[in-house]
Amino acid sequence: MSSNVPVRLSVNGRVHELDVEPRLLLVHLLRDRLGLTGSHVGCDTTSCGACTVHVDGEAVKSCTVLAVQADGTKVTTIEGLAQGDQLHPLQEAFWEDHGLQCGYCTPGMIMAAADLLARNPDPTEEEIRHGLEGNLCRCTGYHNIVRAVSDAAKHPHAGRIPHPGPTPEGAAIGLELAREGLGA
Amino acid sequence: MTAVDSRAQGGFVGRPMKRKEDPRLITGRATYVDDIQPVGTLWMAFVRSPEAHARVTSIDTSAALAREDVVAVFTGDDLEGIAAPLPCAWVPPGVEVNAPEHWPLAKGHVAHVGDPVALVIGVDRYSVVDAAEDVVVEYEPLPVVVDPEEALKDEVLVHPGLGSNKVHEWSLGGGDLDAGFAAADVVIERRIVNHRVAGGAIEPRAVLAEERAGHITIWSSTQVPHFLRLFLSILLGLSEERIRVIAPEVGGGFGSKLQIYGEEILCAWAAQRVGRPVKWVETRSEAMMVTHHGRDQIATVRVGAKRDGTVTAFHAKILADFGAYLMLLTPAVPALGAFVMSGCYRFPAVQTDIVGVLTNKFSTDAIRGAGRPEATHMIEVAMDQLAHELGLDPLDVRRRNFIAADDFPHETALGIVYDSGNYQASLAKLLEHLDVAAFRAEQERLRGEGIHRGLGFSTYTEICGLAPSRVVGPGGFGLQTGLWESALVRVHLTGAVTVYTGTSPHGQGHETGFAQIVADRLGCDPEQVEVVHGDTAAGPQGLGTYGSRSLAVGGEAVAKATAKVVEKGKALVAHKLEASPDDIEVRDGRWIVRGSPEQGMTLAEVAGSAYIPEDIPEGMEPGLEETAFYDPNNFVFPFGAHAAIVDVDAETGKVKVVRYLAVDDCGPAINPLLIDGQVHGGIVHSIGQALYEQVIYDEIGQLVTGTFVDYALPTAAEIPSIETDRTETPSPVNSLGVKGIGEAGTIAASAAVANAVIDALRPLGVDYMDMPFTPMRVWNAIQEGQQ
Amino acid sequence: MIPAEFDYVAPDSLDAALRALAHGGEDAKALAGGHSLLPLMKMRLAVPTLLVDLRHVPGLRGAQRENGSWRIGALTRHADLQGRAELGIVGEATSLIADQQVRNRGTIGGSLAHGDPASDLPTILVAMEGTVSVRNSAASREIAAGDLFQDYMTTAIAADELITEVRVPALEDWGHAYEKFTRRAEDWAMVGVCALVRKGADGSCEDVRVAFTNMASTPIRATAVEHALRGQPLSSDAITGAAEQAAEGTDPPGDLNATPEYKRHLARVLTRRALSRAAGV
Ligand SMILES: Cc1cc2nc3c(=O)[nH]c(=O)nc-3n(C[C@H](O)[C@H](O)[C@H](O)COP(=O)(O)OP(=O)(O)OC[C@H]3O[C@@H](n4cnc5c(N)ncnc54)[C@H](O)[C@@H]3O)c2cc1C
Ligand code: FES
Ligand code: FES
Repeated sequence: MSSNVPVRLSVNGRVHELDVEPRLLLVHLLRDRLGLTGSHVGCDTTSCGACTVHVDGEAVKSCTVLAVQADGTKVTTIEGLAQGDQLHPLQEAFWEDHGLQCGYCTPGMIMAAADLLARNPDPTEEEIRHGLEGNLCRCTGYHNIVRAVSDAAKHPHAGRIPHPGPTPEGAAIGLELAREGLGA
Repeated sequence: MTAVDSRAQGGFVGRPMKRKEDPRLITGRATYVDDIQPVGTLWMAFVRSPEAHARVTSIDTSAALAREDVVAVFTGDDLEGIAAPLPCAWVPPGVEVNAPEHWPLAKGHVAHVGDPVALVIGVDRYSVVDAAEDVVVEYEPLPVVVDPEEALKDEVLVHPGLGSNKVHEWSLGGGDLDAGFAAADVVIERRIVNHRVAGGAIEPRAVLAEERAGHITIWSSTQVPHFLRLFLSILLGLSEERIRVIAPEVGGGFGSKLQIYGEEILCAWAAQRVGRPVKWVETRSEAMMVTHHGRDQIATVRVGAKRDGTVTAFHAKILADFGAYLMLLTPAVPALGAFVMSGCYRFPAVQTDIVGVLTNKFSTDAIRGAGRPEATHMIEVAMDQLAHELGLDPLDVRRRNFIAADDFPHETALGIVYDSGNYQASLAKLLEHLDVAAFRAEQERLRGEGIHRGLGFSTYTEICGLAPSRVVGPGGFGLQTGLWESALVRVHLTGAVTVYTGTSPHGQGHETGFAQIVADRLGCDPEQVEVVHGDTAAGPQGLGTYGSRSLAVGGEAVAKATAKVVEKGKALVAHKLEASPDDIEVRDGRWIVRGSPEQGMTLAEVAGSAYIPEDIPEGMEPGLEETAFYDPNNFVFPFGAHAAIVDVDAETGKVKVVRYLAVDDCGPAINPLLIDGQVHGGIVHSIGQALYEQVIYDEIGQLVTGTFVDYALPTAAEIPSIETDRTETPSPVNSLGVKGIGEAGTIAASAAVANAVIDALRPLGVDYMDMPFTPMRVWNAIQEGQQ
Repeated sequence: MIPAEFDYVAPDSLDAALRALAHGGEDAKALAGGHSLLPLMKMRLAVPTLLVDLRHVPGLRGAQRENGSWRIGALTRHADLQGRAELGIVGEATSLIADQQVRNRGTIGGSLAHGDPASDLPTILVAMEGTVSVRNSAASREIAAGDLFQDYMTTAIAADELITEVRVPALEDWGHAYEKFTRRAEDWAMVGVCALVRKGADGSCEDVRVAFTNMASTPIRATAVEHALRGQPLSSDAITGAAEQAAEGTDPPGDLNATPEYKRHLARVLTRRALSRAAGV
């Protein structure tokens, strides 16, 4: 029996401290422990991207990150993207352009698109299509997703997410943990 | 043609309205099955056969049972309480069907990789996986047959007890086939293989069941909650009113969740046994193994024609690989295609002969289009092959055979009555967007640069809006059900509206489209109209979402129930305003007396008067809600013209779709945004099959494409933008004039892509090849073509 | 899919990590980005009993230019390298790995240590004739690319050793191209060809390196091609002629998407394309 490990991380701006099995996947920490069920699981092979969240401001597939690896980081999930009633420009554009049908791929798709726009604020259609190559959608044929990302890019802050990292707070958690030697 | 009244009354129908369901989906607040976790929920995992065919000689559950985190382990021996095997709902009258029993846990014999032999119930998501590994099963392997043509020889039996692998023979024909071939100047024959595919819904299946005081609630990621309730009742011997099935948010279906799965039955059964909620969430690896596959047909297609391209006879012989068991609609799928085997053409004689066969693979069943993509692929590829044989333009051959636009309703040689159509118009519209002559010049030029570009067409019609009961039901086609749809429209005291539909959407946008229909008729905002679906405890009996039936059958039921509300409301308003009910109309959000708009009531006022019935007409019941059941008198037949342009890298064999154009006709648009979405998704599904996706088993029945790494769904990077346009030819079948559009793209597209690839390859000596057009297969075909 | 249970440590120094690895024995595994190891563990194709997470180990991330070489820390992620023109072929190849999410996690050290012949960076290292620095708790050593990859997913790195740094020559005056042939953009290479070409003042091929992904149980050099082109004029005829040798001596494993014969054919085509692009013809 492996022993549990304490983790401390900030999710959508709130700091959580939990004891976890080392094998707990980040996606299950978010879903089962924190009740953030917006991140979905669609595959076993890191292929579909439905589980995409941001860790320290960059998109990752949370099915292939251990919760313990996220110790000391700032995580943003789809639930943290809107600010109150104010939807993120990508959310607005997906809605406006009918960029989703069953919605299962959508949270991951939007989080991947946010990373894309952060790297490349004015992407071509080709660049959008390649930028989303880690995310599968069976419903939309991608047409309206690509349109939505392209439309969102017209917004000045489309690549920005509310809780990127490492912010001073995130860095402070990291430093503190390093000092305490947690995780060892 | 009947007049279409849907646009006459208000402003919402026809508008590209943003979807009402989206806010919860884009913020991560939607509720799929795995998002639901009642207190005390236990987890279920399966022990599945690694063998494609074997006798199970022993199962040792002791190590698993000894674990602290395990609550129970069950095997096929424990299935007392499950009254019958899993159902197949197609019993064609007068046809002998050789069907194996299919128990949700194997009883000593496994017939495909993934056949479940035991289930483990444990305390959490993770440990139950460990526990399943602790169950030790011994197998005695039996010979395996994977190839359907081999299976027909009966040298290896998939179910030794059945005596034969052949399931059935079934034919549908009309006209004089022999005379048609005798009258032909040319006869072509092609063997057309439509390979096995997976549904690929991104949400894997998931089931949660909870029993309380003899009542059981099942949440399932299903397209058919009412069917599931019925079969749970039959299989578990529980009275139907004690079972509630909820299909919450469902992450895509594409036919793969139009099924009664063993896991659904077992989850409910286990919850009864252990007295706690039990949840099962499929892994993708399981989904690839045991969520039903589709297609897998080998067809021999013969076409007879005059020298000018007029087809005189069309004959398809289909060998359908059903896999190891017949599931809900397995044998009905190829038969569905037979109904439209004359496509959009005036074929004087048509026949489809189907043979179904069992193999040691998982079952095939309905996947988006279900039989009709296969049929359309045969017809449209054959039309191109015929044109080439005759040295004619493939579009001219199509035009020569099109049913005339003024010849609708049109009865085909098969006795099927096409409701409406104008195939010439959709093709003409397609060609407005595509200059074929310019394309041919460019194709020639590019060839000089070593780029092999091809253009392919597909003009299709399909049969959908599944209903009418009298045709598809027990005494007709043989489905053991009626196929109508229901709706209940409830106007609340405040004028808010709840609509209950028996359809069960999973991405199609019913909550928006149905709200638009209702809002126009009731004079309210669609925002005020909530559409409730997928809950057997809410609203009347229904039949679910598949076969592109939701709008044409379910939407019409909504329109009919709404019309009843309107009738009652008008009587009430007339009473209040001292006018005749015939003079009341709903306009600009108010119920007014025609000609004197200053006299009127809002919907809230109408509802208020109905629910506080101080002053209502003599004999009128209080309240404002109505139910309608709608069983149409015919199918509907959407149609269209598609074109694909592909580039083939002749050196590597890699194919890319560079342009795709689609003109579809599903009658008047309720919400064009939703139509385009369905068309895009349907087309890309079919491009996926044509270029990337294939379920592959090796010769010993092992699944080679067991994950999303090997089963290659296309990503955004593989796909071009889709250019869409529409014609609108109303259907006379329903008052909305609408036809289904959920499967049309999938039905049309594979043939367009195939014809384009073959067009590109012809100069390289390839006149025909089957899907999938993967790089190596295309390269191999080119090598052979060059010899 | 869920990994089997294991113990976990995240030491904050290289020494501590090396001690933990040594202590854990054969069944201990280093964890970098986890994007090769965790997928295997989720499928239970790998069942280590201890993971030594390197994420707190300082000083292993980043690329520095030094004396005509690039020194790249083992924990440098693909995302830190992708698309950087100054890194030449390393910048090009890293941007072709999988998708952005994977590139945001996967590291160069992990990719090289994993030694998957379908991976891209091993091929790049072999073509560039780079080296890796490895250490155990007692000593450090350099391993040349040519000696690193021994067999299918087997490298010269011992169980108690860690890669600390990857060193590649800057090859500034070389043209470069990596042709990665996949079914879908996000896929692993069916075949990949890395070509590096140094053009002489007279336009001839002064030097050339060609290496293959997924053409053997390790990345391999196409010495026959190199030999045929070295010293020749960089004409398209010469390149085509040299590329014809690409499959010589190879015995690639077949798989679902490609038979050995088809792979050999692809190697020839992609070699010609890569050489042409690298040579600018
Ligand atoms: C969906 C998907 C697609 C992919 N596609 C591609 C692709 O197209 N091309 C490609 O090249 N790669 C691809 N990869 C692999 C990806 O690049 C991996 O991230 C990378 O190969 C391994 O790096 P890592 O840091 O994640 O290693 P880890 O998974 O952490 O480790 C891999 C192995 O290396 C060992 N290890 C890690 N770091 C060290 C070290 N410093 N010293 C010694 N041993 C160490 C580990 O113990 C483990 O055995 C893909 C991965 C996924 C999930
Ligand atoms: S669930 Fe994470 S990539 Fe599919
Ligand atoms: S919207 Fe259904 S998978 Fe993308």
